[in-house]
Amino acid sequence: MAEYNMHILVCGGTGCKASQSELIKTNFKTRLNEFGLTDEIQVVLTGCFGFCEKGPIVKILPDNTFYTQVTPEDVSEIVEEHIIKGRKVERLLYKDPETKAAIGDAKGMDFYKKQIRIALRNCGFINPENIEEYIGRDGYAALGTCLSEKTPDEVIQMIKDSGLRGRGGGGFPTGLKWDLTRKSESDQKYVVCNADEGDPGAFMDRSILEGDPHSVLEAMAICGYCIGADKGLVYIRAEYPLAIERLKIAINQAREYGLLGNDILGAGFNFDVEIRYGAGAFVCGEETALIHSMEGKRGEPTVKPPFPAEKGYNGKPTNVNNVETFANIPVIINKGAEWFASIGTANSKGTKVFALAGKINNVGLIEVPMGITLREIIYDIGGGIKDGREFKAVQTGGPSGGCLTKSFLDTPIDYDNLVAAGSMMGSGGMIVLDDTDCMVAIAKFYLEFTLDESCGKCAPCRIGNKRLHEILEKITVGDGKIEDLDRLRMLSTVIKDTSLCGLGQTSPNPVLSTLDHFYDEYLAHVTSHKCVAGQCKALMHYSIDAERCTGCTLCFRNCPVGAISGERRAPHYIDQSLCIKCGVCFEKCKFDAVLIA
Amino acid sequence: MEMINLTIDQKPVVVRKGTTVLKAASSIGIDIPTLCYMKLDDMNIENKPGGCRVCVVEVKGRRNLAPACCTEATEGMEISTHTIRVVNARRTVVELILSDHPADCLICAKSGNCELQDMAHHLGIRQIHYQGEQSMYREDTSPAIIREINKCIMCRRCETMCNDVQTVGVLSAVNRGFQAVVAPAFEMNLDHSVCTYCGQCVAVCPTGALTEVDETGAVIRALSDPTKTVIVQTAPAVRAALGEEFGMPAGTLVTGKMVAALRRLGFDHVFDTDFAADLTIMEEGTELLTRLSAYMAGDQNVKLPILTSCCPAWVKFFEHQFPEMKDIPSTARSPQQMFGSIAKTYFADKIGVKRENLVVVSIMPCLAKKYESSRPEFSVNGNPDVDFALTTRELAHLINLGNIDFKSLPNEEFDQPLGESTGAAVIFGTTGGVIEAAVRTAYEIFTGKPLPRIDFEELRGMDGLRKATIDFNGTPINIGIAHGLGNARKLLEDIQAGNSEFHAIEIMSCPGGCIGGGGQPYHHGDAEILKKRQRAIYSEDKNKTLRKSHENPYITKLYDEFLGAPMSEKAHHLLHTKYFDRS
Repeated sequence: MAEYNMHILVCGGTGCKASQSELIKTNFKTRLNEFGLTDEIQVVLTGCFGFCEKGPIVKILPDNTFYTQVTPEDVSEIVEEHIIKGRKVERLLYKDPETKAAIGDAKGMDFYKKQIRIALRNCGFINPENIEEYIGRDGYAALGTCLSEKTPDEVIQMIKDSGLRGRGGGGFPTGLKWDLTRKSESDQKYVVCNADEGDPGAFMDRSILEGDPHSVLEAMAICGYCIGADKGLVYIRAEYPLAIERLKIAINQAREYGLLGNDILGAGFNFDVEIRYGAGAFVCGEETALIHSMEGKRGEPTVKPPFPAEKGYNGKPTNVNNVETFANIPVIINKGAEWFASIGTANSKGTKVFALAGKINNVGLIEVPMGITLREIIYDIGGGIKDGREFKAVQTGGPSGGCLTKSFLDTPIDYDNLVAAGSMMGSGGMIVLDDTDCMVAIAKFYLEFTLDESCGKCAPCRIGNKRLHEILEKITVGDGKIEDLDRLRMLSTVIKDTSLCGLGQTSPNPVLSTLDHFYDEYLAHVTSHKCVAGQCKALMHYSIDAERCTGCTLCFRNCPVGAISGERRAPHYIDQSLCIKCGVCFEKCKFDAVLIA
Repeated sequence: MEMINLTIDQKPVVVRKGTTVLKAASSIGIDIPTLCYMKLDDMNIENKPGGCRVCVVEVKGRRNLAPACCTEATEGMEISTHTIRVVNARRTVVELILSDHPADCLICAKSGNCELQDMAHHLGIRQIHYQGEQSMYREDTSPAIIREINKCIMCRRCETMCNDVQTVGVLSAVNRGFQAVVAPAFEMNLDHSVCTYCGQCVAVCPTGALTEVDETGAVIRALSDPTKTVIVQTAPAVRAALGEEFGMPAGTLVTGKMVAALRRLGFDHVFDTDFAADLTIMEEGTELLTRLSAYMAGDQNVKLPILTSCCPAWVKFFEHQFPEMKDIPSTARSPQQMFGSIAKTYFADKIGVKRENLVVVSIMPCLAKKYESSRPEFSVNGNPDVDFALTTRELAHLINLGNIDFKSLPNEEFDQPLGESTGAAVIFGTTGGVIEAAVRTAYEIFTGKPLPRIDFEELRGMDGLRKATIDFNGTPINIGIAHGLGNARKLLEDIQAGNSEFHAIEIMSCPGGCIGGGGQPYHHGDAEILKKRQRAIYSEDKNKTLRKSHENPYITKLYDEFLGAPMSEKAHHLLHTKYFDRS
């Protein structure tokens, strides 16, 4: 990158691409060409910057200018003002949500201040389709170090010392997993990268593969060296076309550079990587189900043991790690286990990528040190709750995680604390809820997902989750009874206790944690048939305040079921037996005469 | 052998490494209930998906409950099988299964034989606390098997049989979550699939999800029709199992009582498929010798090994899976069809009844026989050679409908001329029997000498694949035996690759042969039952005066009066068939 004076980084993540970031890049190139600047200024389509809320993002180096919500039409202005005249385009700069002041340097953005980027180190910095850029940022140095200076056992010891734990959900110590697979004797072993990211809202694995695919390939090769495997497989869902494309380019480039294939770096080590496509089943993130899917069988889990480390793909010892886990490996080798272990808490080392979503100002992808508090994430990095509403809870760990309330805002986040709080790390989904979210409806929403994604193999998950969902449905439409709350809890406990795989063992978590923390809300639904958040439509009661009603007939004319009657210029009236609670009258009334209770 | 020490319900137990908790418990008299689990001992058939979760137990130090059927016992394990946590979980799981299961037990084909019903009873379930929506699937009827998959509990036993044991690959889990069910690909109908109708799925289904097509009503109507003469034939394996339906121990031979019951049901003539089995040996044995002689004379075009063709599921299997080899199996029809063909020609003429007015009913241990009798090549002008093929289980229902106290029946004899048979015919009912019967006859015809011994122990047993070399007076004849279509596939692949060492191969689709057929009384996973039936078959053979098919005087008479000689033109027309490419 040294030969250029200036770099224009355009986000090429899936979100920004959908907002025409490729056209933005093309426009930059065209304009720069017109000014004869193509030799001095480089335009790079990078991976995701994480700040998806304000995409498409354009970052200009070396002055670190961070432009948000850039359109292809804005390009001319940026080139003419910023590039030519050296004046930043104010209106496109990120504005501090509180002071409303434009921030010229990305380093001044709260969104990035508390982040430490290890797994995402290259996302938003390099062109993921150019291996030279990866190599330019120490890429493949770790593989070189391992092959030339370290024995497999030494590398495994380093990973163990670093304290790295699986980032896919289980949190199993990565070094130990490698060691177990290394110790299994076999003529053939496999390294599998689990890129079957399935949590709704989570997209860290996709971002890494789109923004920095070589970091995963390098780590897989290191893993292969350690466990004694010459074959790596990336199991990736077919819904990630961009990630697949970049991964394919990366694999080909790595082969051309002799970083994959036979006799890598002249060290006599052979390793190559193939891609396997998944059809997008959440349960295939479970490693035994994933392996069955790769074998061409139905993607459903089997009982462990045997663990994949003993009997995995094609019955051979297989080490399965998640994308984010792999992305940490080269950095640990380069910077040392001690450095990595210095970040985080006692039993959770390093950083974790979270996908921030829901009622939060800065929706996006963040990487933070373990031990950070929810408050820091939500208020400092996330910019607080949308529309200035009140924080109610945050759902972590994806569909099988739990909801954490205000009382956990200052709890340091790590694997163990999240479990102790009734949730889990999962793959790092974080959905923020405000006071307009009904917790019963939220539990129902998550259960709907697991219900859809259950493979149906074991009875408690197949039928139990269906029954849980039915009870929740009953409650949200006002047919719930007080004994249903006990029933929910008892059934949830049995499902957790008896299900075959992690999906069923955790699917009742949203139910149990909302029952624990928001019991009053459940109680209001079943006893007084009220939804305090005003989300459960069936529980709402629409009426017209005769004092305020002017008899304009707007509600009467818009009611889809003819439930409203009344003379012109006289108060109107809603027939409750006909009302379907669609809310149109409420929206249409200009005099606030429609009341909701 | 490494030994493992553990405690189960505070009782110490020592087991070999690799033993499951379920087995360890049962070794000290702790009977952990199971539902999806099934193991046929010594037959290499096991289904343990760990799916039903009924067998869960508490393991000290483990976060959740463990399925006993697929959890290996480890050193120092402390297991509790009936704590309140376990009992509550077990009952809840069964309640959940029941909540998604039609409650039509009173009229279910499986009532009384249903393992889910038994489980509910066993656990004392009186109430289903979690009621809700039930799965709704369409019913699928084929010539032999009915799939009522609203009753499927996803135990996957049928899948194990269809895929792992039979390698037919029709049944597998489809859909996800609450909609998950076992079905053919794309939920197509069974009769559009490559199903062989072997019926092993039906034999192991714990509920009424898979049952046979019930033809008892049609048989009752025929019996009550004064214009019809209704005759019946009974397959050899039926007599070794029918008693189980009436509470008699497995392995009780009930030939005489069965004949008496059929006579009381109103059949005009009670005949024996064994007669046709002897006839099959004459035809198939002659075919074997013809091919062998040509081969030995140096004919390069002759097809060897010859494969038996009595088993209709096996026939359908190779028509679908190995159509290029359809000229290798013997062209001899199965005993059921030979019987039908002779009955509706030779016998109908003899008693002066028109073909249309003669109804042939067969009692079979088999579901594929229903399909076989419906094959168009086995009918004349739309009139089938065999009108109805009932299973052993259906016969038991008929006997019940006839208010017959089966156990107190006297022993009666078959009618003649189609009721006489030899011991060679009886052993058709077990794996290895057809080829032993063929050897008994072929040897004597080939060598022109009497057999030095009749019992060929080397051809018997329960191993899925067996082989033996029989010395035909100086000429070694290599015999192969396979039961279970997965085993058959291995032999066929060898033939395909040109690596087969055999001159003749017997193939039976069902594990154990016909004694383990899909129409037999349910064995509920107890392989001992099959072994007892096998012993009963061999004992009937041993007690027969005539034990070689060519010695059956009525067979000799049939050839003299009607067919001429084995493989004659008439025999070809009536007793042989051709196969179709169904790939």
